[in-house]
Amino acid sequence: MAAKTINITLKIWRQKNCNSKGNMETYTLNDVSTASSFLEMLDQLNEQLINDKKEPVAFDHDCREGICGMCSLYINGRAHGPDNGVTTCQLHMRMFEDGATIYVEPWRSAAFPVVKDLVVDRSAFDRIQQAGGFVSVNTSGRTMDANAIPIPKEDADKAFEAAACIGCGACVATCKNGSAMLFVGAKVSQYALLPQGKVEATQRALNMVRQMDDEGFGNCTNTGACEIECPKGISLDNIARLNREFLKASLVSNK
Amino acid sequence: MSILDSKIPAGNISDKWTDYKDHLKLVAPNNRPKIDIIVVGTGLAGASAAASLGEMGYNVKAFCFQDSPRRAHSIAAQGGINAAKNYQNDGDSVYRLFYDTIKGGDYRAREANVHRLAEVSSSIIDQCVAQGVPFAREYGGLLDNRSFGGTQVQRTFYAAGQTGQQLLLGAYSALSRQIGLGRVKMYNRHEMLELVKVDGKARGIIARNLVTGELERHSAHAVVLASGGYGNVYFLSTNAMGSNVTAAWKAHKQGALFANPCYVQIHPTCVPVHGTNQAKLTLMSESLRNSGRIWVPKKKEDAEAIRSGKLKPTELKEEERDYYLERKYPAFGNLVPRDVASRAAKEVCDEGRGIEANDTNEGVYLDFSTEIKNKGKQAAYAAGDHNPSEEKIITLGKKWLEEKYGNLFQMYQKITDENPYETPMKIYPAVHYTMGGVWVDYNLQSSIPGCFVTGEANFSDHGANRLGASALMQGLADGYFVLPYTISNYLADEIRTGKISTESSEFEVAENNVKSQIDKFLSNNGTKSVDYFHKKLGLIMWNKVGMGRNAQGLQEAINEIDQLKKDFYIDVYVPGSNDELNPQLEKALRVADLIDLGQLMAMDALQRKESCGGHFREEYQDAEGETLRDDENFSFVGAWEYKGDDIKQEQLHKEELKYEFIKIAARNYK
Ligand SMILES: Cc1cc2nc3c(=O)[nH]c(=O)nc-3n(C[C@H](O)[C@H](O)[C@H](O)COP(=O)(O)OP(=O)(O)OC[C@H]3O[C@@H](n4cnc5c(N)ncnc54)[C@H](O)[C@@H]3O)c2cc1C
Ligand code: SF4
Ligand code: FES
Repeated sequence: MAAKTINITLKIWRQKNCNSKGNMETYTLNDVSTASSFLEMLDQLNEQLINDKKEPVAFDHDCREGICGMCSLYINGRAHGPDNGVTTCQLHMRMFEDGATIYVEPWRSAAFPVVKDLVVDRSAFDRIQQAGGFVSVNTSGRTMDANAIPIPKEDADKAFEAAACIGCGACVATCKNGSAMLFVGAKVSQYALLPQGKVEATQRALNMVRQMDDEGFGNCTNTGACEIECPKGISLDNIARLNREFLKASLVSNK
Repeated sequence: MSILDSKIPAGNISDKWTDYKDHLKLVAPNNRPKIDIIVVGTGLAGASAAASLGEMGYNVKAFCFQDSPRRAHSIAAQGGINAAKNYQNDGDSVYRLFYDTIKGGDYRAREANVHRLAEVSSSIIDQCVAQGVPFAREYGGLLDNRSFGGTQVQRTFYAAGQTGQQLLLGAYSALSRQIGLGRVKMYNRHEMLELVKVDGKARGIIARNLVTGELERHSAHAVVLASGGYGNVYFLSTNAMGSNVTAAWKAHKQGALFANPCYVQIHPTCVPVHGTNQAKLTLMSESLRNSGRIWVPKKKEDAEAIRSGKLKPTELKEEERDYYLERKYPAFGNLVPRDVASRAAKEVCDEGRGIEANDTNEGVYLDFSTEIKNKGKQAAYAAGDHNPSEEKIITLGKKWLEEKYGNLFQMYQKITDENPYETPMKIYPAVHYTMGGVWVDYNLQSSIPGCFVTGEANFSDHGANRLGASALMQGLADGYFVLPYTISNYLADEIRTGKISTESSEFEVAENNVKSQIDKFLSNNGTKSVDYFHKKLGLIMWNKVGMGRNAQGLQEAINEIDQLKKDFYIDVYVPGSNDELNPQLEKALRVADLIDLGQLMAMDALQRKESCGGHFREEYQDAEGETLRDDENFSFVGAWEYKGDDIKQEQLHKEELKYEFIKIAARNYK
């Protein structure tokens, strides 16, 4: 448990912007506390680079608590790195050995172009959400009382589990097809499981899937890699639920 | 004092808002598309406002510096949101929520605002459920509640330890719907760097596109700032890394008064500091105080033994533990308000009884073993086993804990490498929330006409201390149910104004100011990183404008920040260029404003010669070490006016606080 310090070698993807070609650069970093988080380690590297008047590495992050979904690193060939059920910001240096070489790359996916270094553009997720990821209710406050419709705890819990998706994109980055089905499935499921969202469930599935296809995400071939790398444990059941809604939707629209 | 008209309507407290709202001016639907509104921020306060205004038919432009509106710092809120629903039938009411909030704020908040907040609280829950927010439910299918500090009822709604996430995703979905419909235009990865005034009114902003570095001019008939709090002035806080004061501070520099900057909330239950490379602190939600008991060893020697690893906390006998909150505050016990709990933790650590083996030895235990036994037993009984084994009780108890707080326990374990189901959590206070902010009147309008401020960025509802689960409530109340009415009242006079040009000299000057600040940073021949200065600032603030403050320390802080500011501009090194994504440049621009703000906070704390809520002046305490308010001389909102680059020249204005409906009393949780 007691923290010690380790020395590491980092191989990091550097790319000036979306139009330039990138390459891996090598850095050595000493005296990294094993109690540090992975991103604190990168802060330390950047401090070192700045002191040497070199350009620091750009990476996305904000909450550093595993909830905002902003951090997004591909570490040693795995989305969010070697630990399970955590985001990059929750990964700690105690997972690495003294003398280790660590590879750090951005999410790689056609739908997520690189902005700079390790930063990618995930606005496609927002556009999918805008296409249908909501309940069409105005914000007047003049709805019915919150307890007017009891919702079985089991459904509420399942909806919550689906709603726990942080929109990080690890599922896409990890999928060999670059599919966004886990992300979309989670949103569609959350609403389909609740009476408030059920009314529009089929139309929602249709709209979100259409946008997903337009954004250039690949097809799902059920490899299940996404579920394994998802930091929030979003289950493949959500994809099944999406498929059911989608099927219903296609039947309806064929009528 | 004429500039501080709070515009509180006359009438009985419980009718004020309804009557007022009924008489506000409206903008007819056909006129709304002619009106532009800028909303800076997409947290609960901003997303809810932008969604509502878009839905009403205004032209809305919304801005955030993250890559998506869904990532605003509100996403990280854990414990819950208050509402006076009285679903638990434990005597809750609008009045009680109002009263608890005023008392919790140590009688330094405005009655009328707080009552309005309590009134609309109930609609927030209705609205969120209608949007598909999956709140926790009981087996009967109805909504579940928990308790938070400073109250004796259960009025907190929650979604595991991820309430902020679920509420923000709800507001984000409403916002996304409006974006999809083309009624709101969203600008991600954009940072507002200046407020533009034309003829004294807020008419737009200068924003930097963080990807291309381009400076953009955006005009509007009104500007809403929902840019969050300024806890990061301490460097280490529970706020997200990007949280900053820039938007609010730019408004301040343009004439918006900044109120009560010294009111900061130090949250009692955070994971203690682990080392010098630490970038931020992590909160362990207050909801854990429902189930955990806080203690340190009675004896210093035992604390030493624990720190050196010779003794395990689980080995220390019950009678050797000091459950100091239960001892000192039997009526509220572990659920005293945050400021009280934080100071008590500092006190026992100052006595040498802290248990964390870091540089400062600062840490106390939050112990779940009693709850594990209680809940385990209940669960066994509920399942029909009236004679459960000890082992079964513990297994069931842990399962119960996991269901309630699983994500928090996991987060704790990842950070500390210790298992909180087996050994008590170590916690210590950390900077968490800022009650101070841009001064606003009852309409949420700042002292600049047309510049409205909502959510944590304003000062309005929490006095000198915010109660748990009330920030989420305020953010959504402001954005869904207050601002849409009050801003329309303002905009009713703008329907003939026509489009605001961005070609005016005002926009020109504003853009040039920003440009020259950026050029200056990038061409500075300094040697030290922005973080170097930010950490220095944080240390000054934590040591001298932190949990305990005194005149001498505050004066020192003011002088030290003077020097720090000089050093910063001479010696900061900002790498890279302007025409690209440049996180160091972003930070430099933010830290420049935090330095100014830090100095103002120290000045405000120095001027407030009393202790109240989160503001503890060591000179003003009673015999038992509790805060000593001075209602005769300090029952006012302290609002500061910017007077140029030297912050020490800022001028204090006072808005007197009148208590007409609540009898002001000593705050007692014993
Ligand atoms: C760890 C943690 C847990 C919490 N738990 C609870 C809880 O359980 N219950 C509770 O009631 N409260 C809680 N709080 C407090 C609460 O979360 C916040 O006070 C609240 O969410 C603030 O919301 P906001 O909308 O005002 O600002 P934020 O959510 O901070 O949003 C600020 C927005 O402004 C944008 N922005 C800022 N500056 C600029 C700029 N210059 N240009 C462009 N955009 C800008 C940001 O991009 C962001 O979108 C918690 C806080 C923390 C830190
Ligand atoms: S499904 Fe999982 S991996 Fe995909 S975006 Fe959501 S949280 Fe990230
Ligand atoms: S930084 Fe927010 S999830 Fe990692």
